[in-house]
Amino acid sequence: MGLESLSVGEMRSGLRERAFSARELAEAHLTQITKLDPRIRAFITVDPERALSSADRAQEMLDNGRSNPLTGIPVALKDNMITEGLRTTCASKILENYIPAHQGTAAKSLEDAGSVIVGKTNMDEFAMGTSTEYSAFFPTRNPWNTDCVPGGSSGGSAAAVAACMAPIAYGSDTGGSVRQPAALSGVVGFKPTYGRVSRFGLVAFASSLDQIGPFARNVSDVIDAFEAVVGIDRADSTTVDRPYDQELARAPSIKGKKLAAPTEMFSSHVAPEVRASVLAAMDALSNAGAIIEEVSLPVIEHGVSTYYIIAPAEASSNLARFDGVRYGLREEGDNSIKMMTHTRSRGFGKEVQERIVIGTYVLSSGYYDAFYAKACQARTLMKRQIEALFADYDGVVCPTSPTTAFPLGDKLDDPMALKLADFCTIPANMGGFPAISLPCGLANGLPVGLQLVANGFDEAKLFSIALAAEEVLPKIGLPNIV
Amino acid sequence: MPISMDELRQIADLARLRLSDAELEAMHSDLNRVLTHFTHLQELQLAGVEVSAHAVDSRSVWEEDQAADGMPRDRALANAPSSEAGLFLVPTIIE
Repeated sequence: MGLESLSVGEMRSGLRERAFSARELAEAHLTQITKLDPRIRAFITVDPERALSSADRAQEMLDNGRSNPLTGIPVALKDNMITEGLRTTCASKILENYIPAHQGTAAKSLEDAGSVIVGKTNMDEFAMGTSTEYSAFFPTRNPWNTDCVPGGSSGGSAAAVAACMAPIAYGSDTGGSVRQPAALSGVVGFKPTYGRVSRFGLVAFASSLDQIGPFARNVSDVIDAFEAVVGIDRADSTTVDRPYDQELARAPSIKGKKLAAPTEMFSSHVAPEVRASVLAAMDALSNAGAIIEEVSLPVIEHGVSTYYIIAPAEASSNLARFDGVRYGLREEGDNSIKMMTHTRSRGFGKEVQERIVIGTYVLSSGYYDAFYAKACQARTLMKRQIEALFADYDGVVCPTSPTTAFPLGDKLDDPMALKLADFCTIPANMGGFPAISLPCGLANGLPVGLQLVANGFDEAKLFSIALAAEEVLPKIGLPNIV
Repeated sequence: MPISMDELRQIADLARLRLSDAELEAMHSDLNRVLTHFTHLQELQLAGVEVSAHAVDSRSVWEEDQAADGMPRDRALANAPSSEAGLFLVPTIIE
């Protein structure tokens, strides 16, 4: 084990005490990528030159005492986060050769802070999927068992962190796309409150739900990663300026905290080994002083339906921009309509086309009220009922994913089975709530994730509970990659 | 309410997607399974519940109008599949 297996905190101390340089740290990660990524395939693009020159710039910042918490720290970005001059594909053939001419806000914040972008990670095409098998290029493998998926859609980012190819990676979470792969890949994954992190430069999937969130191997590193990208941005009018207490966030506290456990989240959708592991984790939290009570929230049973109407509806509109005119793939045609139709039919994969069709259908006249308007009402109801819980409880505790990682190809033929993988994560997106997934044990050698959800903008409280929970949960360690 | 093959063809056309007969068949069966799942929403009591466009309350944000440079034309055109004389080039739109 080399520098790549250190925590971000340890990397930061090492850099400041000159135990190693930013270039040495970047090289350790690039070496790990060279060694393991042919097996895991977490990355679509790795840019060693850019990484090393960023590392040298970071070293100057460190030498001049101008460093930030992430200066010199390697990070990986999901390939739907725009990076100026660095290929950004969304794992789609339609953007296979797209090199952005502008910089996304998250990438800018990270590069300005001196962090070192090592590469862009694999994902389900346009973030539509729960296994990373819908990447147009190749699937990513789970570092804990390479016959299994890493989860998705941010599966490349989760696998990169689990395999120590980066200590921090970012993904996007629309219905669970950070938390679910975090759970399946045995790392910590966090979705901030909607509006905390700028979406400018995040290629839009479902704009009312999308939120950028970090992965890391422990809660403290996730807090650092979150703080590096949080903030109001004039380029994204949905960002908001709300208080966040950095000191409270870093003070572990669980004694006397009241957590609600919705019985619906432990229903028959949830595999017995996941339920057992999460219940054992909840016992550990209770022993540490948490007050956990069962509650019933029947409305969340409708989360998957609600999500799979709202998200494709927004996606059908957002993906209209891929028309072969300004960037991306173009397939020729006699007139503009034929050119666009050929381009989109060739450029989008099957799952993306299917979601565009669903979205177009639920928004079409005659079906709008039956589907889309109803789903938007269901979202309101879900948000209100979960919010009402937070009047009495500090948080919600439940599984992150109903199953552990499943074998590649296992669920590809069943459109609803893959969609139900989001069952436990969707409610937080529906209300915009912050939510974190922590590893809480292994079942048959595969990681299980425990999810904690808090009220909107209560990230500091959520982190303080998660830090304390982490101390009492079983440590799963690092995967032995074979 | 299952979707018919004709409706599916029309929707795909609206979305500017051309699907082969085999693709249409496969999508037709997938879609109807998903749409059947959606009908569970009818079980919810939604009378009087507002239709939300967003998860969080959003307000209009105002700022002073200030002139600033946009992206230079050559950079904006750098990813264009086809361009000429500083313009995006597309096939005929009007005969």
